[in-house]
Amino acid sequence: MHVRADAPTETAPTTDQSWPDEIFDILQRFDVRQVPYVPDAGHTRLIQRVLASSAMRGIPLTTEEEGVALLVGAWAGGQRGALLMQSSGVGNCINMLSLTQVFRFPFLTLVTMRGEWGEFNPWQVPMGASTQGVFELSGVRVLRASHAQEVREVVEAAASQAYNALTPTAVLLSQRLIGAKVFVK
Amino acid sequence: MTKPNLLHRRDVVKALLANRKEAIAIGGLGASTNDITAAGDHARNFYLWGGMGGAAIMGLGLALAQPKLPVVVITGDGEMLMGMGSLATIGLQKPRNLSIVVLDNECYGETGGQMSHTASAADLVGVARACGISDSRAISTMAEVEAFATSIQDVFAGPRFASVKIDAANLERVLPMRDGIFILTRLRSDLGLAPI
Repeated sequence: MHVRADAPTETAPTTDQSWPDEIFDILQRFDVRQVPYVPDAGHTRLIQRVLASSAMRGIPLTTEEEGVALLVGAWAGGQRGALLMQSSGVGNCINMLSLTQVFRFPFLTLVTMRGEWGEFNPWQVPMGASTQGVFELSGVRVLRASHAQEVREVVEAAASQAYNALTPTAVLLSQRLIGAKVFVK
Repeated sequence: MTKPNLLHRRDVVKALLANRKEAIAIGGLGASTNDITAAGDHARNFYLWGGMGGAAIMGLGLALAQPKLPVVVITGDGEMLMGMGSLATIGLQKPRNLSIVVLDNECYGETGGQMSHTASAADLVGVARACGISDSRAISTMAEVEAFATSIQDVFAGPRFASVKIDAANLERVLPMRDGIFILTRLRSDLGLAPI
């Protein structure tokens, strides 16, 4: 049992849990067809929705950088995509993110944050702390959602600028929103 | 490290693309992208000058988006080794219209000829097969190259993978265009896709 006595006893935050469904609806509305992902607990619901959809293809990756290159191919063939990952995966993408500038293709990624807001695991902290900086240095605009109520608005804005204005964009879904992961033996 | 009867890379790529019809060809970073250029520039050639390790998975994205068109990725052993995980991703998705050809000279020819893992240890055909790409083969003759070129056109029987052992000669560079936006837009336009 790693949970301290004064820690919350469950992983689910008390706030509205429909935001992954709202994200799914936005992706659907923007005609997103390929959704590569490396699984993360915070993306569980969205991944389920994608895999159950007949319009979208969920594509499990072995490493996140595959997703950046995959989306170039998808766009070259006429399809939009969105990459789902957690913050630790952003570091895996760095060189491949150069493709967003070289090809100026519509790049949208939704990143669940670790290493912040009550993190338990020290190994998550360094990459979580540099996630935003890595994106910005790589030419990717960063928007953040910290509360369930703002997710729809933020993801909509991100999708709009990514797909309509070819502005590579990452949405950081904060750990405060998702709920700090609780480790129970 | 000279082995007898190795194929010549330019001959191999020329044969692969000689009767390409509607096929889209992605050239992996390094000499492979030059080989595709040497075989003749084409609106459906997608030249990579970076993003090492991304050629095969880019092929997956394209193949899924254009399931009726043959998509062939032509890349080197070093580039494929860097994206080896993508073979597992492709093996899972099984795009019927995707073919991957590795031109294996067992070295990093662009950077001074340093030995690569395929020279004595890594078997990329075995890796591809073990990742679920059941049509994975080693090619050692031009007749086999020509047969593979024909099979590329079959968009219902992939994915398929071939490794062609080639000689390590450093050939005169035939450089493709390197403006990514132009390369991408030209391909999209040839596929009838409109700008945003």
